Amino acid sequence: MTRETLEQYSLISLYSAIVVLTLAMLGFVLYLSRSAAARAADAVVPEPVAQPVTVGGGGGALTAEPGGTDIPASRDLSRARKAAGPARMFTWLATFLVGCSIVLRGMSVHRPPLGNLHEFVAAASFVVLLGYCLWTLKRNVDWLGIFVTTPVLLMLGSATTFWYTEAAELMPSLKSGWLVIHVTVATLATGVFTLAAMMSLAYLLIDRAERNPDASQGFVGRLRRIVPPASDLERIGYGLHVLAFPLWTFTLIAGAIWARQAWASYWNWDPKEVWTFIIWVIYAAYLHARATTGVTRQKATYIALAGFACIIINYSIVNMYFVGQHSYSGV
Amino acid sequence: MTQTPEAITTKPDPVTQPTLGPLGWVRWAWRNLTSMRTALQLLLLLAVAALPGSIWPQRSINATRTADYIAAHPTMGPVLDKLGAFEVYATPWFSAIYLLLLVSLLGCVLPRTRIHLRHVRGRPPRVPAHLSRLAAYSSREVDADPAAAVADLRAALGRRYRVDVRDGHTLAAETGFAKESGNLLFHLALIGIIVGVAIGHVFGWKGDVIVPVGSSFSNTAINYDTISPGPRVDTAELPPFSLTVDRFDAVFEDRVRGDAQFGQPRDFTAYLRTVAEPGAAEKAQVLKVNHPIEMDGATIFLLGNGYAANVTVKDSRGEVVYKGATVFLPRDNNYTSSGAIKVPGAQPQELGFFGNLLPTAVITKDQGPISVFPDAREPAMALGLYEGELNPGGASGSVYTLNTKEMTVVDDANGKPLRIWITPGETVQLPDGRGSITFESVVRWAGLSIRHDPAKDLTLWSSLLALAGLLASLLVRRRRVFARVTPLAAGGSRVEMGALSKGDDPGLQEHLDRLAARIAP
Ligand code: HEM
Repeated sequence: MTRETLEQYSLISLYSAIVVLTLAMLGFVLYLSRSAAARAADAVVPEPVAQPVTVGGGGGALTAEPGGTDIPASRDLSRARKAAGPARMFTWLATFLVGCSIVLRGMSVHRPPLGNLHEFVAAASFVVLLGYCLWTLKRNVDWLGIFVTTPVLLMLGSATTFWYTEAAELMPSLKSGWLVIHVTVATLATGVFTLAAMMSLAYLLIDRAERNPDASQGFVGRLRRIVPPASDLERIGYGLHVLAFPLWTFTLIAGAIWARQAWASYWNWDPKEVWTFIIWVIYAAYLHARATTGVTRQKATYIALAGFACIIINYSIVNMYFVGQHSYSGV
Repeated sequence: MTQTPEAITTKPDPVTQPTLGPLGWVRWAWRNLTSMRTALQLLLLLAVAALPGSIWPQRSINATRTADYIAAHPTMGPVLDKLGAFEVYATPWFSAIYLLLLVSLLGCVLPRTRIHLRHVRGRPPRVPAHLSRLAAYSSREVDADPAAAVADLRAALGRRYRVDVRDGHTLAAETGFAKESGNLLFHLALIGIIVGVAIGHVFGWKGDVIVPVGSSFSNTAINYDTISPGPRVDTAELPPFSLTVDRFDAVFEDRVRGDAQFGQPRDFTAYLRTVAEPGAAEKAQVLKVNHPIEMDGATIFLLGNGYAANVTVKDSRGEVVYKGATVFLPRDNNYTSSGAIKVPGAQPQELGFFGNLLPTAVITKDQGPISVFPDAREPAMALGLYEGELNPGGASGSVYTLNTKEMTVVDDANGKPLRIWITPGETVQLPDGRGSITFESVVRWAGLSIRHDPAKDLTLWSSLLALAGLLASLLVRRRRVFARVTPLAAGGSRVEMGALSKGDDPGLQEHLDRLAARIAP
């Protein structure tokens, strides 16, 4: 097959992944609204025995709510889970399709497909999706599906439109083993940071709902009924950040080693380097904040989200508009 | 000492509230500077302070762009310049932040190291009275007598734990010293990185030079186009190597037709001969982007390339007054290159050619002569000519442009400014017997950057140690397990266990239960 055909197949695979992932997202939305509705009915109606079989609630997997007849609850919940099952399957399928797209792209260009922003974002999406899929095997994290599919859809959408780059060989400065190491680890780190940021976001939302029971009628209030308590979300988010931070540290070091080989100096204060550094410092501040007595978990989480905002800025604005030696995006 | 009534009421014991003398203030400032909270604020401040350097051009990286920017923003430009927006990483405010961070780091890490060493050497703390109040708790009855139960527990804890038994029936064990060691290593290594960078700035040097194919370069300061030595570098003492560029190969994309990729560079290779010092043997070397050449005391990098024109100029007397490779600087991705050929020896007047060298030349309607591909497929030069004084006042300006203040433009037979279009091998006669110019050939040049950083290994190893320390700090769990064994009247014993951990440790109870299961299956 020619390079063009392979490139075309890679793109088709990515478009298919977007379609399938959209279905997955809809499934997760359905799951959320159904299970939220089931629980909301329970919260509104304190005497479940008096209710017809269609409404009810209680004894969920994640929150210990008192009372409730089990049979209608499980019927409602199983209706909700019915939506989550296909959503999970679609997520697996989308993961597979993104993986295929990456492999086809690599075959098309005869190199690791990590040479421009399009390829990078596709790879980072793959990391996020695969991470989430593996997680669903170990735990019930269906509630997280919407938090994963939405940002990944945005990422894939950008990768196929304004970040699209034709398949081609690399510029001489990008031909280095360090490129593969640096960018692979950056991809992993970005993927894990994305998951971590979604968890942090969920934490802040749920935490607000927990501290303000009056607001429990809104979407977030209902969400609260099916997701783990805020303190658990915070801890899981921290764990993910703890995983991503050393990866990012390694990205920084590998980038510096490569910069010395390619540009003669390990640190040039190039805009891309500046932002990588800023991101690193902000996440270091987050870890610090979390270990500092007197700094609330909420405040620390805001710092982590500021770090994620910088990651987004780094890949969008800095890549496209700031002049530097990383003319990497190839757009 | 005067005190307000509130102060007296809130702090009833005036003895515990001495005034802060000068020493007290210093101590207070030091304690604040070395607190975690200050470190946190300084870190966030550092992130914010680094930001402007990515928005505005930086003089140390690209002086031309910086000057252009200031010229284009006549009101804001000078103000920003005063504030240091164009040299952010050398400004006092940026330095102040990282120096404070460095001091804070030292002030925090050194005492922590001392305390940590004491912990590592010392005994684990005594077993608390109420084990059930600890973060994890477990109580079991076992058949073994107390002494045997303690021995079983010791075995179950394994080699990861350091175990201390007091009075035969209480046991304290701790593990995970590597967490704190790693954390300290991380912070100390950060200091190592900062020191390494500083040494590199002070004792390192770098220079850039353009060497056309067929030409040589010997490593002395005057031969560089630009050189920036650190403040403690004696440029008379540079390592005495020299090199010759024999060949330069460049490959450009000509298969992919899209706008973004067509004409993109694919491979640059320079073939050099290097001599370590005068009289030493020559060594053939290959220099590529990403594959620098290590010399003794410096490293040679390939950073740029372009085209030079081999030209011969004869003057009105027919004498060869100029012969050699003239470097042109590329201005766009297709290597439309500009430069000047200065002929000070020409009679009756000095001559100055200026214009473009076009590797794949095309004359377009709206843009005039440009290059449409970066490779030398169809080279040509489009030149104009001035005569007069090349270096008025003896100042020799840029090699790539003419200073036409004391020169006049040379016209053609129609009275219009002379335009010379010349391809390799051609000779063009200059008007009114001024002589001729011959375009012998096009050669490529290699843009070399030669650098020396005496502390780069320190910096590299420090950063790798920082990473290792970070991993230990984040992944190792610091745990303490306590146990109290009491004999039971009916034989056997009761083993009460409690555990503590530093930071989050959702698996602590499970860990303790597993230990308990091992001694009481
Ligand atoms: C140069 C800037 C600094 C960076 C990048 C940095 C980074 C970090 C990181 C990534 C951690 C790991 C956090 C964790 O274990 O969860 C940490 C922990 C820590 N840092 Fe820093 N740090 C810096 C400066 C400082 C300074 C100046 C101090 C002293 C005030 C300090 C004191 C600590 C302490 C005490 C911990 C242990 C926290 C704990 O786990 O309980 N750091 N630091």
